[in-house]
Amino acid sequence: MTFLRVTLFSLAVLLAYTLFANILPQVQSNPPAEEEIELGSLDRAGQIAWGERLFSGKGTCTLCHNKLGRAPDMLAMDLAEELRSRIEDPRYTGAAKGLEEAEAFEVYLRESMLEPSVYVVPGFGKKGTQDRESPMPRVDVPPISLTPTEIDALIAFLQDRAGVEITVPLPAAGTTAAAEAGADGEEEAPATTPEEVIDRYGCAACHDLDGSGADLGPPLAGIGARLDREALRRAILDPDAEVAPGYEPGLMPGDFGEQMRASELEILLDYLAGLDGGEPKP
Amino acid sequence: MKWRLLLCGLAAVGLAVVLPHFGLAAEDPGAPAPSPTAADYPRIAGMTGRPVVWALAQMHLFLAAFVLAVPMFVVAIELTGVLTRDERYDRMAHEFMKISMAAYAFTALTGGALALALFLFYPVLMGYLLRVFDGQVLIYALLFILESLLLYVYFYTWNALRYGDRKWIHLSIGVLLNAVGTTLMFVANAWATFMMAPSGVDEAGTPLGSVWAAMQGPLWNPLNLHRFLANIAYGGAIVGAYAAYRFLAARTAEERAHYDWMGYTANFIAILGFLPLPFAGYWLMAEIYAYSQQMGITAMGGVLAWLFIIQAVLIGSILLAANYYLWCGLMRTEGGRRFVPWVKYIAAVLVAGFLVWVTPHTLILTPQEVLAIGGTNHPLLGPLGIMPAKNTAVNMMLLATFLSFQLFRRASRTPTVPWAWIGNCVIAALYLAATLNIVGAGIYGYVTPTVYKVGASVPQVLSTLAVIVFALVIEAFMYRGAVTRPVAWGRMSTRSQYALFVLPVAFTWLMALMGYIRSSVRTYWHVYTIMKDRSPDAYIPTIGEAGNFITVITLVFMAVIVFIFWLSQVGDTRQQAPAAEGGR
Ligand code: HEC
Ligand code: HEC
Repeated sequence: MTFLRVTLFSLAVLLAYTLFANILPQVQSNPPAEEEIELGSLDRAGQIAWGERLFSGKGTCTLCHNKLGRAPDMLAMDLAEELRSRIEDPRYTGAAKGLEEAEAFEVYLRESMLEPSVYVVPGFGKKGTQDRESPMPRVDVPPISLTPTEIDALIAFLQDRAGVEITVPLPAAGTTAAAEAGADGEEEAPATTPEEVIDRYGCAACHDLDGSGADLGPPLAGIGARLDREALRRAILDPDAEVAPGYEPGLMPGDFGEQMRASELEILLDYLAGLDGGEPKP
Repeated sequence: MKWRLLLCGLAAVGLAVVLPHFGLAAEDPGAPAPSPTAADYPRIAGMTGRPVVWALAQMHLFLAAFVLAVPMFVVAIELTGVLTRDERYDRMAHEFMKISMAAYAFTALTGGALALALFLFYPVLMGYLLRVFDGQVLIYALLFILESLLLYVYFYTWNALRYGDRKWIHLSIGVLLNAVGTTLMFVANAWATFMMAPSGVDEAGTPLGSVWAAMQGPLWNPLNLHRFLANIAYGGAIVGAYAAYRFLAARTAEERAHYDWMGYTANFIAILGFLPLPFAGYWLMAEIYAYSQQMGITAMGGVLAWLFIIQAVLIGSILLAANYYLWCGLMRTEGGRRFVPWVKYIAAVLVAGFLVWVTPHTLILTPQEVLAIGGTNHPLLGPLGIMPAKNTAVNMMLLATFLSFQLFRRASRTPTVPWAWIGNCVIAALYLAATLNIVGAGIYGYVTPTVYKVGASVPQVLSTLAVIVFALVIEAFMYRGAVTRPVAWGRMSTRSQYALFVLPVAFTWLMALMGYIRSSVRTYWHVYTIMKDRSPDAYIPTIGEAGNFITVITLVFMAVIVFIFWLSQVGDTRQQAPAAEGGR
């Protein structure tokens, strides 16, 4: 009798723990795929988009470069302004000094990735090293192991964000790279239609979209007439940078950039930019 | 029975050590790490390697933790018995040891099975590790044999070397046994830490020629300390369950008294091992961050971050159960009753700390919930979700637990030294100062702009440790020649005993959970940055999947433990000789 009671009690405790583990968000993290894809046909826009995917995917940059303050939030800050001030900083002794701007950015960005300790952004150094040593890992060695073409793509992406001319070469014909399917640890396959994207990220819960009637955010019907593609991108990735008049800041989630796949974002942007107030497309 | 199991285990270990050497002879010792392909991971009977190895490794670790820990506190209790000349200690130590002996054969058996499974399912990885650690496996095997010998000698000479000088010989054997056991564990840890943070090899994984350098990775010592402490807590928790069960099943008052006392001691040991454990955890985590910030963030801020919420719940339930047991124990003495009103305040601190601890930092929510809260961070609870608040909470919980202990110790004794009131004031002042310091550092840690808020946790940890150390020292002097009142051992409610079952269940589950984290931070690497895992199991399973798996292993372990308890008890029973003629 005692035995039975003790056993049942222990099982109940065990069950409680198991249940708890099962109600938390469930994410499976998959290793990056190792298939090769052909890159030779990539144009500039393709290279930039690829760089963006690397930034949150294989490069794992968003692990640190995000709004939690572990590293400079490169997707949110005014990149051109910040990079300019880094290169002008008297503490900076790297190779980008004195070069023409676009080129200086390329050199600085490459340096940041390959030899992070050449210049450490003040306040971000390893503890106890007075900002002389960077906690950022070199990106060309394991575990990140980016190839030179991938590093170029990242630089193209960041140069594009900084709004300067892109100085890195396009991938040569015949180069290949690992397909990045499943690299970012989501179990779900990426959404492929705008409806799916909107559904998945719950935009219609706050915005009047496809007749949802929600009014916590500005109505998105006809948004394409007010904002162009780039402004839309900013509004989604960094909602608090410019707050639509008459609405609360801080309400729209700021981490869509981390949650969404790059391909999903592009689909969404195409769709929103097309909502120009005329006849709303399905 | 035990001997046969042990022999099987030994044979399996032997095979596992010897077999691979045949296949490996050809491999160049100075070559870089091999790069296995998907074809290098055999399926056996339709099974891939990970579930098999995971289950066996975890079972082996549970059992090994237990059998390594028990002799440690057994020697301490035995010594206490010699110093206090109190026979009861000796009896209890011997009884603890008996349980551990029954578990030892199983440890060897699962160890052998684990080694075999590793070589069968991961031949390339194991071949590489054998190459890096060169002849070390042989030393491991020797240590294992030595451990077995010493263990049996220690146990079976217990009554032969019982008094006087002989007792000291027996104690020395016990110390030697622990030295060998601890070394054994440290050697095994080196393999695990090498896989997480390799050392002694170059970037391609070529061994640089020194096994010692390969062992001394940056995570080795933190892991050694962490496992050492956790083992003690774990061993205490398991023998506590044994005592609680015997208490509940006891028929006589003496039996009740004996097992109540045994349960109290086991709980004391478990908490003693447990109190410093969070600090060892910080050290391990800090070393992980120092080795690779990326690995640290994967653990604490990436896919695995939610696990620390589960960990908080488990640790919270462990602390609540242990404190509840202590509070029930206040009723064992007349003097204890006057402390009962304090209990609700201690309970309040524990519950508040627990709630802060389980407050997640970034809530993953549906948009509707985001709306209700107004952001992904709660405006009020948000600050409670970050590390300084959690550190403050855990330190306050540890202080509260220590206070429960002190109250219990005081319940049965009244100091006679004239300066007792000063001593009490100093201790009270210590608590006050520590609380202010812990809360203050927590607030400071919250407002500092630096991303390294870990720094603020150091004064907090020191405050907690200082209270424990100084209070123990002051009390040791204060209670010299104190009037002791008898403790009515056995006067415990039935309900209180269930707290002693929460501990081992929670510890077992927690240990397996932490094992899952420790392995998962390597992500898709066998040996981080050096050798990729290309098996179909290279992904990190979801928390739910892992939780279910862990529960199954825990269930099997519980069944084994029940069997072990039964084995150790059945040794004492003797069947009546049948009556001479025509008995029935
Ligand atoms: C483990 C965390 C971590 C990861 C992963 C990481 N970084 Fe960093 N990174 C940092 C930190 C910390 C700094 C600031 C210190 C410094 O300047 O080196 C930094 C600085 C930088 C800078 C200079 C920023 C500035 O404001 O001047 C660039 C550019 C950069 N990282 C690019 C990348 C890219 C691209 C990736 C992905 C391939 C990446 N980082 C991955 C931690 C990380
Ligand atoms: C939790 C509520 C919420 C959700 C979910 C949400 N938004 Fe918003 N959104 C807002 C609010 C409030 C504003 C206005 C404040 C601002 O500009 O940041 C806004 C602003 C915007 C704007 C700028 C509108 C303008 O007129 O300037 C765009 C574009 C937008 N959201 C798109 C989206 C998309 C696309 C999604 C889904 C991926 C989404 N939002 C999900 C609340 C939300």
